[in-house]
Amino acid sequence: MTTLTHLDRLEAEAIHILREVVAEAEKPVMMYSVGKDSAVMLHLARKAFYPSPPPFPLLHVDTTWKFKEMYKLRDTMARESGMELIVYQNQEAKDKGINPFDHGALHTDMWKTEGLKQALDKYGFDAAFGGARRDEEKSRAKERIFSFRTTSHGWDPKNQRPELWNLYNARKAKGESIRVFPISNWTELDIWQYIHLNDIPIVPLYFADKRPTVERDGMLLMVDDDRFPLRPGEVPVERSIRFRTLGCYPLTGAVESTAKTLPEVIQETLLTTTSERQGRAIDKDAGGAGMEVKKQQGYF
Amino acid sequence: MSDIATKDAVYVTDSLIAEDIDAYLESHEHKTMLRFITCGSVDDGKSTLIGRMLYDSKMIFEDQLDALTADSKKVGTQGQDIDFALLVDGLAAEREQGITIDVAYRFFNTEKRKFIVADCPGHEQYTRNMVTGASTADLAVILIDARKGVLVQTRRHSYLCHLIGIKNIVLAVNKMDLVDYDHAVFDAIVKDYTEFAHSIGIDTFTAMPISGFKGDNITTKSDNTPWYTGPTLIEHLETVEVLSSVDADKPFRLPVQWVNRPNLDFRGFSGLIATGSVKPGDKIRVLPSGKTSTITRIVTMPTLGGVEGDGDLEEATAGQSITVTFADEIDCSRGSVISTADNPPQTADQFESTFVWLADEAMTAGRAYWLKLGTQMVSATVHEPKYTVNVNTMEHMAAKTLELNAIGVAELTTDKAVVFEPYADNRTLGGFILIDKMTNATVAAGMINFSLRRSQNVHWQATDIGRKQHADLKNQKPALLWFTGLSGSGKSTIANLVEKKLYRMNRHTFLLDGDNVRHGLNKDLGFTEADRIENIRRVGEVAKLMTDSGLIVITAFISPFQAERDMVRGMLPEGEFIEVFIDTPLRVAESRDVKGLYKKARAGELKNFTGIDSPYEAPRNPEIRIDTTAITPEEAADLIVNTLLGDA
Repeated sequence: MTTLTHLDRLEAEAIHILREVVAEAEKPVMMYSVGKDSAVMLHLARKAFYPSPPPFPLLHVDTTWKFKEMYKLRDTMARESGMELIVYQNQEAKDKGINPFDHGALHTDMWKTEGLKQALDKYGFDAAFGGARRDEEKSRAKERIFSFRTTSHGWDPKNQRPELWNLYNARKAKGESIRVFPISNWTELDIWQYIHLNDIPIVPLYFADKRPTVERDGMLLMVDDDRFPLRPGEVPVERSIRFRTLGCYPLTGAVESTAKTLPEVIQETLLTTTSERQGRAIDKDAGGAGMEVKKQQGYF
Repeated sequence: MSDIATKDAVYVTDSLIAEDIDAYLESHEHKTMLRFITCGSVDDGKSTLIGRMLYDSKMIFEDQLDALTADSKKVGTQGQDIDFALLVDGLAAEREQGITIDVAYRFFNTEKRKFIVADCPGHEQYTRNMVTGASTADLAVILIDARKGVLVQTRRHSYLCHLIGIKNIVLAVNKMDLVDYDHAVFDAIVKDYTEFAHSIGIDTFTAMPISGFKGDNITTKSDNTPWYTGPTLIEHLETVEVLSSVDADKPFRLPVQWVNRPNLDFRGFSGLIATGSVKPGDKIRVLPSGKTSTITRIVTMPTLGGVEGDGDLEEATAGQSITVTFADEIDCSRGSVISTADNPPQTADQFESTFVWLADEAMTAGRAYWLKLGTQMVSATVHEPKYTVNVNTMEHMAAKTLELNAIGVAELTTDKAVVFEPYADNRTLGGFILIDKMTNATVAAGMINFSLRRSQNVHWQATDIGRKQHADLKNQKPALLWFTGLSGSGKSTIANLVEKKLYRMNRHTFLLDGDNVRHGLNKDLGFTEADRIENIRRVGEVAKLMTDSGLIVITAFISPFQAERDMVRGMLPEGEFIEVFIDTPLRVAESRDVKGLYKKARAGELKNFTGIDSPYEAPRNPEIRIDTTAITPEEAADLIVNTLLGDA
């Protein structure tokens, strides 16, 4: 008798969740952010429905400020999986020229939070898969796998449905939607391990390479294109860097590293002393309750 | 500086990580996973213990530790020491209240296992959260404050863990540092707990003296407790057997989630194996149809660059999500259960179940809820509870309903047969949730104890002459006039008059009378609540067959419960069930006392007599209400006939 490893159990749980949603929701969609968590989630979806392609589209809520290499992998993966790719950009944010350099928190709010709500409303998706993990952040540790949102996309942490065994209640009123997190119980290490074991393609930025960077406000930023406004005296410097998470390039801090292979990346992750979201500005807004407040407003 | 911050984590960084990452990854690939819950009351130090385990396994990073140190000084309850509870208590509201209010999941690894911890709150009003956390757990850690011993909460937590079927229980006697690591204190608590545990059916448990705050016997044996020879908490967690390996030895059961049909040549059935294992070539049976076939493939995606069929498995076991194909084209869809051919599960539509009520709104007997069991979704009604359990004293108490956090036993009827196994044998096919049809809220968790009636392999026989043809031949619209009212209210008298009038109008009728049916069809039934429910159910089924044959059926039964009247209503097509409430006040009925029954009941010679020591639930919205204190039986009969035929 084969004994299931922790990754076997996590994989089986995620596949079970993906299939439950497809069986019970009317119009599901998979949020695809092109990061490593999205890569794993997409792989699980392909596995869950094989030999059929996953019976839902991929949705990328784009901010126009992602790394170039992310756009490249996004298009490749959509093609390979045989899934429809929907790219949504908030027209209002575009018209107003909202950008991470000049608008700070407003950038995230307009492009991501508002953009996501608009996209879900526009296409009428009633269930959206997200790649969030409970080990990332305190308020996520308490979010259900099936997380209900009101018609205005709000989240009420005090009024969540109890989840027993592996029974998920996906029933909802018209206009309400569910965010579903199939990899809730995975840790950062599980994600890396699974990518390693299954040879899942990820954005090369996760591996160390020489890249043009500037150091600003204690963060190491990569100059990914010429929209990066250099401050007086700032000169991009080639450094061997990699990223632990990927978002909008002007908001994502890199770490200096020489890890060029997955085992080396995992080694660094295990030996490191700072948490992975530390490179992100979003968690630190509004004091200790940053993410919780964002989620109540509709952030994924 | 606190003790914790200066003490080095013990089993953390495996030296392999730095020296040989490939070897480390290789060993990590073979780790198993254990899910456990921690239960304790507010001050037992749960969050501190979890914080300690995360810290010791290096799941707390420097930036988090910095934030924690700052928070501890601001809102902590440990003076200048690090307050680990802050690390674990996530939501802003809780931070202010200083208690955990929901289930939080935490993760850590050791060299042998990955752990998922459900941090469960201890307050009584949060029974539902504890049951939620326990439902996926392989093991429970029950925390006791060494200074306080076995408390009411300890009993409650242990009972709930046992109820949900957790076999591995750890009694962690915490805060040993505050009782000077006194062996006698530990022994006394273990003795107390043993007595209690045996009284509720917990046969074995593992007790250990610990201090979450100081770190005693968490990862390493403590010098402070030389008298303790058992394993440390982590050693124990690393070695206990996990649930999925127990399930693998049971008969094969695969609830079908989804049918995979990419093209006409492929038809696969996807699901998570609940119990047992499966290989290509195995003979299987699909429930509820009972059809058999043979497994041909266990289909899995090949690795990138591989070809179709490469990924196929030679065997799959409990806990794996798979897709299988059959040798034959047999009926199988979402909700079906694929099982080993020679030992299939049963199907039934009536059960005795244990419920945990999870919603603010109390249970309504007779109301239809959605019931989700595995991948099956049916409509179900819950009967009045047989009893509820006081979770502090384990006493059984009489109850009319189940309120938030109540645990009770009741009967349950589903609108169609469900493939099931008792919860004690199979969590997946025995555990279910109830969903409110209006609000869609999950209102209850249930565990099937046993079925009340077996309907294994009974199939519906399709016939050529249907209910329409029967009714057309008789030139009438079938209906069921359901009389309900107290004993002596005048049901039989009026029902008899109604039938005579309809007969004279050339209508084909049949009168089913309560007393008469009890002489034949239902002579095996008494007057307990369960028997009364079954009495009505059978009458309902008979009346339904008669309406199928085109008849106008008249029944005269006390039928005191709304749930059962609604159950019969649900058996018939819309509009055919006509509830006739013969409304006679108790004092009037009792003063008539035609059969002398009230007298006997008052004298205590008749038990469970409606109106005396058993309730009568008046219909909420009857189609017809007859006030017998205002009109004569003759007038009542005319009113009923006119309403019936006017509708028709």
